[in-house]
Amino acid sequence: MNAPGRRSPLAQVAVTAAVLCAGLIAIAVLTSLVGDRVFERVTTVLLISVVLTVALQLFMGNSGLSSFGHIGFMAIGAYSSLWFTLSPDEKNVTLPDMPPEWPMYGWQTPYLPAILLAGGVAALVGALLGVALVRLRGASFTIATFAFLIIVHSVALQWEPMTRGSRTVFGIPELTTIWWALGAALIAVIAALLFKESSLGLRLRAARDDEDAAASLGVHITWVRWVAWVLSVFITGAAGALWGHFITTFSPTAFYISQTFLIVAMLIIGGAGSVSGAVTGAVVVALSSEWLRRLEGWLNTQRADQTTLGQLIPIELRGFAEIVIAIAMILVLILRPSGIMGGREIGSPRFGRAVGPHPNPSPTAVGEGLPPRPAHRETPPSGGGG
Amino acid sequence: MDNLIQYLISSLSLGGLYALMTLGLVVVYGILRLINFAYGELVMVAGYGLLLFGNTTLAWPIVALLSIAVAVVAAVVMERVAFRPVRFASASTMLITSFAVSTLLQNTTLLAISPRPQAVRLPSFFVESVAIGGLRFRVVDLASLTVSIVALVLLSILLRRTTIGLALRAAADDFTMTRLLGVRANHIISAAFAISGLLAGIVAIFWVGRSSLVEPAIGLQPVLIAFIASVVGGMENLKGAVLGGYLLGFLTVGLQTWLPQALLDYRNAVLFGIVIVILLLRPEGLIRPAYSRERR
Repeated sequence: MNAPGRRSPLAQVAVTAAVLCAGLIAIAVLTSLVGDRVFERVTTVLLISVVLTVALQLFMGNSGLSSFGHIGFMAIGAYSSLWFTLSPDEKNVTLPDMPPEWPMYGWQTPYLPAILLAGGVAALVGALLGVALVRLRGASFTIATFAFLIIVHSVALQWEPMTRGSRTVFGIPELTTIWWALGAALIAVIAALLFKESSLGLRLRAARDDEDAAASLGVHITWVRWVAWVLSVFITGAAGALWGHFITTFSPTAFYISQTFLIVAMLIIGGAGSVSGAVTGAVVVALSSEWLRRLEGWLNTQRADQTTLGQLIPIELRGFAEIVIAIAMILVLILRPSGIMGGREIGSPRFGRAVGPHPNPSPTAVGEGLPPRPAHRETPPSGGGG
Repeated sequence: MDNLIQYLISSLSLGGLYALMTLGLVVVYGILRLINFAYGELVMVAGYGLLLFGNTTLAWPIVALLSIAVAVVAAVVMERVAFRPVRFASASTMLITSFAVSTLLQNTTLLAISPRPQAVRLPSFFVESVAIGGLRFRVVDLASLTVSIVALVLLSILLRRTTIGLALRAAADDFTMTRLLGVRANHIISAAFAISGLLAGIVAIFWVGRSSLVEPAIGLQPVLIAFIASVVGGMENLKGAVLGGYLLGFLTVGLQTWLPQALLDYRNAVLFGIVIVILLLRPEGLIRPAYSRERR
């Protein structure tokens, strides 16, 4: 397979992992050297976004199925981590409606096991749901995951003993430092890269590119999809725990459609086809949305102060960052459907070659430059046939 | 007996509205395989049309017609600007594009108008009720019941009796073949979006009429309802959309009437749980598309 002078797949993974990890470490170290509190918070959120986006890429990039339900698992991770990190006294404050006789009332573990357990709870829910989900295709899959997001949201709003309902939970210890977030991001990146090149990842990508051909070669499609789904959901749940113990106050509205939009935008803008794309997208979108929010705030103060510039602004600016990100996402989908990274890894030999917009509008799956497919009519999209 | 009649009227009224919402989504999906997340924003656009034109001196029927026209124009423009360039991409790419369009429109409204709900001036019959044979009905319920049935009848005449209707049905059946026979893809898709916008506009009048308020996120609930009803009825099929809409109307009013309050809070969770179960048992919905019957 390998032409002379080409790197083996494992060497490519190593190069990609080294570059991406070095980049993330550099960001974290530089931030801590600057020592600015606000800047450190921005970087920590950025690193958690990297974990979320890479987890989403692990599933969406390799399976070709779009999930709008991952933020639901982030919510499960964030809420369930509270059962493990808070002492019973703290639970009285943060989750005052939880009856003391419930078993989780007495649970308390150190932070690391709590993160893993929170990921485990999300993975358990994901594993059960996944049995059903992996049988669906295309749009049906996406609608079902979206339905799951709404179910989680609606349950989180109502289940007062576990979530404090629609009210904000507060008093969560701030355990996530920038180094925790960095560690999680590094582990997520390496795990996603290894998964992609593993036998399981290869089989999953084969099923993505041609389901029938892969099945005829003996790929157990539902099984490989399920494993990728559970792994992806586990990482997302763990990221939810990290986020909850960083932000320290949140309510169910934090895990809904706008948050879903943000991580999907990160993945699509960077390119869903590669881990490098997920990391790039998360960094670019997190930084630009932070910058846009500040610009928005600054412009609004200018307006309030009625400075020369401020008088030009007729209305108070809100949702400015989302508008710019949405436009950027639409432009990427139209002009460069495979994202900034073009679906390639930094360590892959083809990287760096000019990959402009597709000369002809060939059918492309999200984020990956796929060979042209037959017209959309030939494959019933809603799970029939098969 | 009286209760039953009242239940029937409320269900038919809500179900008719749901059927229109669902049709607006399915008429596009049938041809383009696009699940248009931004469909709810068409309802929102028409709602803000009601707000803006309602503050002028125009007579209310003209305000309503103008608002519907705004939704139609918005739908056609949306297709031209955002969906035409990705028409040949995969279904997921189109779905994600529509998600981005939805966020874009919602946040633009938030920025340009106001994030807060605003009161819409509506004619007084929206809040009145009449007594017929000893029973009291809300006029708006009777109006939406009538309008939805009239709209459904007119739409079915359009689809069965006109050239564009024939082309639309042919395209939904086999788009490639229809194009080979000389029907212009751009025309047919624009027509589908125009119908989608028209239905969204009609829905908006009654949807806004229920609360007299309009806000940037007003389109979310209608689009969710359309998702559920189309999945239940079958994404491929216009009859399925109508059936799914009415079914959901009866179910919603029924749950509201008979479900205990404690469980009512979880209604959304229950409804979407039903969606997942139906997707599993019958991925094609209650009414199967023709080609999948042939294949079995």
